[in-house]
Amino acid sequence: MSTSATGASGQQRAPLLDVRNLIVHHGQLRALSGISLQVFPGEVYAIIGANGAGKSTLLRTIAGLHYPTEGQILYDGRDVTRMRPDKRATAGMAMVPEGRRLFPSLTLEENLKVGATFARSGPWTIERVYDLFPWMKERRGQKTAQMSGGEQQSVAIGRALVANPRVLLLDELSLGLAPVIVQRIYGMLPQILSSGVTVLLVEQDVSQALRVATHLQCLLEGHSTLEGRPADVTAEQVEAAYFGMGGHHAATASAAENIAAEGSEA
Amino acid sequence: MSVTTDATVRSGQDRKVTRSRRNVAWTGAGALVVVVVLALFPYIVYSGTTAIMVQALIVLTLASMWNLLAGYAGLVSVGQQAFFGLGAYFILIPAMHGVSPFAALPIAAAGAAVVSFPLWWLVSRLRTGYFAIATWVMASAIALFIEQIQSIGGGTGMPLPGFAGMDPTLLAAYTYWAALIVAVVAIGSVYFLLRSRLGLVLTAIRDDETAARSSGVKVGLARLLVFVVAAAGCGAAGGVLAIDQLQVVPGTSGGVFSVQWTAIMAFAVIIGGLGTIEGPIIGTAVYMILQQTLQSYNAWYLIILGLVAIAIAIFARRGLWGLLDDKFNIRLFPVGYYLWSPGETRRRQRAKGPAPVS
Amino acid sequence: MSWVNAIIQGILTGGLYALFACGLSLLFGVMRVVNLAHGDLATVAAYIGIGIIAITHVPFLWSVPIVVAIMAVLGYVLQRSLIQAAISRGELTTLIVTFGLSIVIENGLLQFFTANNRGIGVGSSLISSSFSIGSGLQIAWLDVAIFGLAVVVLLGLQYFLSASKYGRLIRAVADDREAAQLSGANYQHVFGICAALAFATVALAGISYGMTTVVSPTTGTDTILLFAFAAVVIGGLGSLWGTLVGGIVLGVSQQIGAQINISYELLAGYIVFLVVLVIRPQGLTARRSQT
Repeated sequence: MSTSATGASGQQRAPLLDVRNLIVHHGQLRALSGISLQVFPGEVYAIIGANGAGKSTLLRTIAGLHYPTEGQILYDGRDVTRMRPDKRATAGMAMVPEGRRLFPSLTLEENLKVGATFARSGPWTIERVYDLFPWMKERRGQKTAQMSGGEQQSVAIGRALVANPRVLLLDELSLGLAPVIVQRIYGMLPQILSSGVTVLLVEQDVSQALRVATHLQCLLEGHSTLEGRPADVTAEQVEAAYFGMGGHHAATASAAENIAAEGSEA
Repeated sequence: MSVTTDATVRSGQDRKVTRSRRNVAWTGAGALVVVVVLALFPYIVYSGTTAIMVQALIVLTLASMWNLLAGYAGLVSVGQQAFFGLGAYFILIPAMHGVSPFAALPIAAAGAAVVSFPLWWLVSRLRTGYFAIATWVMASAIALFIEQIQSIGGGTGMPLPGFAGMDPTLLAAYTYWAALIVAVVAIGSVYFLLRSRLGLVLTAIRDDETAARSSGVKVGLARLLVFVVAAAGCGAAGGVLAIDQLQVVPGTSGGVFSVQWTAIMAFAVIIGGLGTIEGPIIGTAVYMILQQTLQSYNAWYLIILGLVAIAIAIFARRGLWGLLDDKFNIRLFPVGYYLWSPGETRRRQRAKGPAPVS
Repeated sequence: MSWVNAIIQGILTGGLYALFACGLSLLFGVMRVVNLAHGDLATVAAYIGIGIIAITHVPFLWSVPIVVAIMAVLGYVLQRSLIQAAISRGELTTLIVTFGLSIVIENGLLQFFTANNRGIGVGSSLISSSFSIGSGLQIAWLDVAIFGLAVVVLLGLQYFLSASKYGRLIRAVADDREAAQLSGANYQHVFGICAALAFATVALAGISYGMTTVVSPTTGTDTILLFAFAAVVIGGLGSLWGTLVGGIVLGVSQQIGAQINISYELLAGYIVFLVVLVIRPQGLTARRSQT
């Protein structure tokens, strides 16, 4: 795996986000086994996989809500592996967490204002978020708990955007939302990208991910089973990587490891 | 290469389940020896020493009770002084009517237990923090109420009748034995309670209350039982104090209803090790050492005790016993279970040293 | 006429109780911390005030901002060190630590100041005098001032929480600590600010209490903690203005009790507390999953 990539002009670029060999545990359970990825500026990097594959764990570890057992996370060249999550946020890493996680006792506008409290300078303001989602303007004084899932998701994205991040981490945007809403939200992506934001997203809906991603990696039970660009992989390869059948036996390999380990404890 | 997808199932017959790793017969015998030696104290030491021992035994009883409440049932009560004081009064009142204070000790325990029922009804639904405050307020209310009753001494207290003319050395010995019996019964009750099904229930609740509830565990009943037992224990201890001091003085500063009693028992438990039966023993020892060395400095020993307890709560959560346990893996009072792998004997696992399951 | 006097007195005292209670409410609402040392902090503030006046002989009113500033800083420091460490170790540890603090404070005060009662003398200034309405109503200016102070503080708190940047952050952190972190908020710093606020209000309450009556080392737990807790309970957890309502109910009950029999004043407080505990424990009870 090369540590930089040549862009269209043939020049070397450094990755904005460089994750190296991440091993993450939840207590005694190993959630991620040696995951690496690189996200370059302007990319939409998608991490796909079934439930429990470790996708959200990966994103949460990158955001700083969880610390890895081993491995490194480099952001813009700096080692942020042990950096507090709020410091990563002010450095330009904004996450839209799984399940939206809006502040229920705050109004829509107050939610956005919180996001803007430690914002970096940049094109995104609360007004611009209102331009992106016009419906928000009249409902800015409403408590977000009464809003629909899709509306809440938009507010959560807006809250992350007003901080003017360089990297936007999106955790399972489609969760609990109707497909047409999901499409509409993902339809906002180009506008977000055009403002200079790089996106790293986690998604269970594979077809949706393939539609927007410039790069993808598939996880299965904490292992990486596929990596590459959507154009370069076939549907069969994705399916195999997602479910762990054929090709690289990630699932059976880990099962064999467990049995061997148990035998030595006797 | 074919890989079997299911691990070999080991026969259940090969696994042995015991209550401890080492042979508990030795510790049981040891405990018996200790108790016998302690019982002989009045014959072998000065009465000054037994007087100190009485204090220690009172604190030991209280500490065991607070440990049961907070360490095993998750009930942080800052109002145990209510039962402590009531126990003293439940000795005083019968004594004023001719009953021997020693004979009244069971009354003290039972009386305190009875009072605990309505109190539990009042505070049981409260969340941990508010439970604590509520018990504190309850205790103050009870103290205030008792102080209004002039016939038992009102606000100034009353001497304890019933020992007129008794030889002081004999009285000291009887007091000591009473304290010893109360302490042994208290610790013994806690030990056997925790070894029983209640102990399992409490551990289940401690680990995951919702799961315990859905498994049919009667959480409320278990906690009520613990609350009542703790009340009885504190009441008995209060009775011993009355006998020891030959008077019962209420009052929230220095008297039997003082919150300082809860402070002493709580701090002793924290320092010794919350959630272990051995902890209160160590904690009591620490308290006695502090109290004896700083006695002339009034409030200092409580200040230091408090500071040490805070420090241990933050830096060494399992207390001094926890530190020892981590190093040497001893259980004087085994209440957990240990699962033996097939073919494992005591000699073999002393070499390997896996951690017990409890 | 004395009944009317008693009720008015009770209402005014309610303001003081609200001052005691709002700090407790703040700490629990934002950080889920039940501070068993809350009452003792008020006592400490009173003693600091007494000490400052004794040493520097400043007019007693000057002692107020000084003590408040000292306590606010103390609150921030204590929160970020001791209390934060306790919070991250669980509710049990937090209770033990705050209980330990309470005992240490009380015995510390006992050691250095003895058990005697002390007060903050307000001398013969205007504020120590009273005015009359009609033929039977006698109202002390000090009590009115304290009530006014309580209202001002509550208004200020409400405004701060709803409209200011840090107020918003405090509410956000109280709602969802992790999500607030993801928006760049250092929640420990926010907790510190919140504690500083709580300590500042309790300092105001403590000094006011010291001016109206006397304090002793155990006043914190003998009376103040009960009052604060009762006011919070009666008014409803989580409501700032509720603490004023609660305080007033408590104050009026006490004065009515005192009218019946002077020694019933404290008892009345306990009875009100008890009644509320039985019939209206909203917010105090654990969330139970119905089997």
